[in-house]
Amino acid sequence: MEEQAKKIAASGKNPPSRGSFGRRHQPTGSQGQNVAQIEQWSSLALGGLLAFRGLRKGSLLSLAVGAGLLYRGTTGSCPLYERFGIDTRRESFGTGGRGHHASKSIHINRPPEQLYAFWRNLENLPRVMSHIESVTSLDDKRSLWVARVPFADTIEWEAEVTTERPNELIAWRSRPGSELDCEGAVRFRSPAFGEGTEVFVSMSYLPPGGTIAAKVLKMFRSGLQQQLQEDLRGFKQLMEAGERPRSDPEQSMQVLQ
Amino acid sequence: MRAVCWQGKRQIEVRNVPDPEILNPRDAVIRVTRTAICGSDLHLYQGRIPTMRRGDVLGHEFMGEVIEVGAEAKHALSVGERIVVPFNIACGGCFFCEHELFSLCDNSNPNADMVEALYGDCPSGLFGYSHLFGGYAGGQAEYVRIPFADVGHLKVPDELDDEQALFLSDIFPTGFMAAEQAGISPGDTVAVWGCGPVGQFVIWSAYKLGAAKVIAIDRIGERLQMARERGGAETINYEATSVYDELREKTAGRGPDVCIDAVGGEAHGHSVDAWYDYAKEKLMLETDRAHVLRQILHCCRKGGRVSIPGVYGGFIDKFPLGMAFGKGLQFTMGQTHTHRYMKRLLQFVVDHEVDPSFVITHRLPLEEAPEAYRLFNDKKDDCIKVVLEP
Ligand SMILES: NC(=O)c1ccc[n+]([C@@H]2O[C@H](COP(=O)([O-])OP(=O)(O)OC[C@H]3O[C@@H](n4cnc5c(N)ncnc54)[C@H](O)[C@@H]3O)[C@@H](O)[C@H]2O)c1
Ligand SMILES: [Zn+2]
Ligand SMILES: [Zn+2]
Repeated sequence: MEEQAKKIAASGKNPPSRGSFGRRHQPTGSQGQNVAQIEQWSSLALGGLLAFRGLRKGSLLSLAVGAGLLYRGTTGSCPLYERFGIDTRRESFGTGGRGHHASKSIHINRPPEQLYAFWRNLENLPRVMSHIESVTSLDDKRSLWVARVPFADTIEWEAEVTTERPNELIAWRSRPGSELDCEGAVRFRSPAFGEGTEVFVSMSYLPPGGTIAAKVLKMFRSGLQQQLQEDLRGFKQLMEAGERPRSDPEQSMQVLQ
Repeated sequence: MRAVCWQGKRQIEVRNVPDPEILNPRDAVIRVTRTAICGSDLHLYQGRIPTMRRGDVLGHEFMGEVIEVGAEAKHALSVGERIVVPFNIACGGCFFCEHELFSLCDNSNPNADMVEALYGDCPSGLFGYSHLFGGYAGGQAEYVRIPFADVGHLKVPDELDDEQALFLSDIFPTGFMAAEQAGISPGDTVAVWGCGPVGQFVIWSAYKLGAAKVIAIDRIGERLQMARERGGAETINYEATSVYDELREKTAGRGPDVCIDAVGGEAHGHSVDAWYDYAKEKLMLETDRAHVLRQILHCCRKGGRVSIPGVYGGFIDKFPLGMAFGKGLQFTMGQTHTHRYMKRLLQFVVDHEVDPSFVITHRLPLEEAPEAYRLFNDKKDDCIKVVLEP
């Protein structure tokens, strides 16, 4: 909420309708209240059209067009998100001012044991992490990760599990000297009430200098936070439904209306 | 195969499209034996739902014979069985499915992020209902793929013919849930706006749940007649009289205990607020016409219950929340949790308490779908419900 208010303040866009609406329809005196109110009611019908125009126009176009735009796969910027002051690219340039950080949580209607078991077999992760091409276990702790980066290249690094507490926590980080410096952790917690598991994931990528850094930056500019959210959705779908839902292919071959 | 395709606003074509295939382990494919056009399809027909694409296969009310079953659906379904399929697609394993809120399933919409951006949450995927709701091909076709088929089907007993079972896919459960959610108790007076197929099943269900009197509102003669003769409702033609005055007259001044909106965001009307809605809609400033909803708030008795099966998609204006607040009204709404009702309602059909095929006025071959849409949309030729035969 606060963030949203700040954002609106910063952009200089006061909710325009509310301000002008208030002035426009302020009853001028306490005499003749009823008349004023009836007048107000009908002017809502006519003048309201103008007063609300700015706001409504934006949100309706967002509904009709925005959904289409969204669909085209613009993951980075979305008019609706912007309207609502939601920044999906919330990578704090946290640790030391460089790198990308994302964290996300999700409720999954399955016991922690099952979720932990899936995740601890790191070779499963490409099924849910869309930018990871493969993970190969080298031994109990070490694994080799291959990620896709733009322009058909891949980048690989070696990671090791740094902490594991069965059914609770797995943390990993890249081994010193890797092309890419990254770390991640997943926590599983039974909710205080109700069933299932609350899953918390956080990930940080600290790209080194040079061309790889540029590529990796590109890869995450599309929104690490949003990607993590989609990946966690995929994890949830696999765990709860056993598969990820798929649209019918012939439906996606034609031109968007 | 042949399939009914959306080609643009008011443009329907029957075209050749690729046959569906099993894509996921829990899928099945059926050969469609009967399918129907729903009032909800008219929202697509009129181009009111965003993210439709030229060539999308329509239809969410259908039934047929299983011809292929994915590995993970085999425990529940076999080739050759005759099934009717709920219009919502639901996984059966998420929090919402476990609470029987199937139309709110978390895991059945591949385009969940799109809806989430609009609604803050994502309801279930739907057959043949835009890419916003999953990009699933619909069942107005010779064949259709059923995702999560192990939970998304009802087997039809041999003694019932197709037409008796078909509407368990949507409109019968929709009418029933609308009445049940409104918490009808014996002795209640129930007013129903809209005497389309959904309204007809609301009337039946309201009596089933104990209503003493059902009053049905529409302007179309044959629909009002069906409400009276098949449903046993009293009727009001909203074009001929003041709905508010009539309802008060019929309830000794108090107003109906329960009001049900089986019209949705495409309400017709001639009052000031209705013209306001038309105007704003034309200017793309409003997405739904809320005329019926406003009238319901006005007419309902104090402390009454309002149930909304009629579809609203986006924004409405001039919603008199103060009136609703002042009268202490309660609201329930939403897409039907079809899976929850299919078995129970099937029993009523098997027991001869109702034959849902009573709403059918037109039977046409699939190839005549364009004409069928036109008839149903324009309420021509006394059309109330069209069934298509592939
Ligand atoms: N909630 C769900 O899951 C669900 C499922 C199926 C259908 N629906 C919706 O239910 C609604 C009705 O479906 P249907 O198949 O019966 O459609 P329909 O178009 O055949 O029926 C709508 C009826 O409303 C009447 N109407 C229009 N304006 C009116 C007014 N001002 N007062 C009274 N009646 C008015 C029309 O004359 C028509 O008879 C649609 O909005 C449809 O999308 C919802
Ligand atoms: Zn329907
Ligand atoms: Zn579900």
